[in-house]
Amino acid sequence: MATDTSGAAKAAESAGMPQLDFSTFPNQMFWLVVTLVIIYFVLSRIALPRIGGALSDRANAITGDLAAAEALKQKAQDAEAAYEKALVDARAEAQSISAKMKAEIQEQLDAELAKADAEISAKAVEAQAKVAEIRDNATASVKTVAKDVAKELVAVMGGKADAKSLTAAINARMKG
Amino acid sequence: MKEGKTLADTKDAAETGLVFHPMDQFQVKPLFGDGPIGVFTVTNVTLWMALTVLVIVLLMVVGARGRNIVPTRMQSIAELAYGFVYKMVEDVTGKDGLVYFPYIMTLFMFIVVANFLGLLPMAFTTTSHIAVTAVMAMAVFLAVTILGFVKNGLGFLSVFWISSAPLVLRPILALIEVISYFVRPVSHSIRLAGNMMAGHAVIKVFAAFAAVTLIAPASILAITAMYALETLVSFIQAYVFAILTCVYLRDALHPHH
Repeated sequence: MATDTSGAAKAAESAGMPQLDFSTFPNQMFWLVVTLVIIYFVLSRIALPRIGGALSDRANAITGDLAAAEALKQKAQDAEAAYEKALVDARAEAQSISAKMKAEIQEQLDAELAKADAEISAKAVEAQAKVAEIRDNATASVKTVAKDVAKELVAVMGGKADAKSLTAAINARMKG
Repeated sequence: MKEGKTLADTKDAAETGLVFHPMDQFQVKPLFGDGPIGVFTVTNVTLWMALTVLVIVLLMVVGARGRNIVPTRMQSIAELAYGFVYKMVEDVTGKDGLVYFPYIMTLFMFIVVANFLGLLPMAFTTTSHIAVTAVMAMAVFLAVTILGFVKNGLGFLSVFWISSAPLVLRPILALIEVISYFVRPVSHSIRLAGNMMAGHAVIKVFAAFAAVTLIAPASILAITAMYALETLVSFIQAYVFAILTCVYLRDALHPHH
């Protein structure tokens, strides 16, 4: 039984908590320190600056893109305003042109109308003169014919009519 | 003698079926040979810490190699970890605490990766050992205390003197504050190691029950549930360790409440 003591002690250790086996402490502490130092240098020298850089790059890219988008939006708004202005200008110009054309046409029309009116009135005067002339001629022919007929009638009735009284009588009759 | 007998009993039980060795997974063993464990012996601790370093390098260096504007998946994870810890340091410690961001990042990355690696079957969980967590907690404690005195001189002692409390209470509160200050490294380290150890041991106990046909389904369900919980705990404990470090750091930088 006495030879069993070391085995028993070992058994007690393995049956208990390995966490309280102080003989392994220096080993664990040594490797922990080595591990932590390696991790620290890997992280602080390589990993963290790189990841931090990537994160700030991304933040910059995002803010840059947002600014560019804002600028493009402003540009689009300016273009739209310019387009609207051009449209208004064009409309105003079109209106002024059409007004001018209308005035010109009206003027031309008025001139043509006046000319036509003058022509028409001249033609009317001429026609009236012609009508008067025809009427005068007709009156004169009627007088001549009436005088001849009256003279013949008087001669047939056996009278002798002098030309002077005959003319006066016809003139008086034609007036009535 | 008695323990020796029980061990023999359990050894016998191993042949019959139901046997519990929940703590065996935490044993530190040499990787090569079977000699005593010296300071520089290459052990399973070395292996799993090396794997932790490897994973961190793969994630934070190789994964984030591209520096792409649109990140790859690995780069996203690395950036997420970076942003998470960076924001935590900034929020808790303040702008002037950002100088210490790489140190807190180192602690956080080591703990979170070691915790997750420890969840692999057959893995050795380095963070379940009080020797490991105590070194980190003591390092934080000493660094914060020295930093407090260097930055504020004796004014750092005002961290114990709560000026917003009534004058009568202040000495009593100061005593409590001093005690709590010195308990910090203990709670800081035992919280992490205890959580990791307990969770893994419980999973192992459930796993032993899986050998019994009748209760195997329930046992496997319980393992699954515990595993999910442990995944959560692995992250949360790393987060808690890091944020407490930030809180202690804030006390050192701004001792006046």
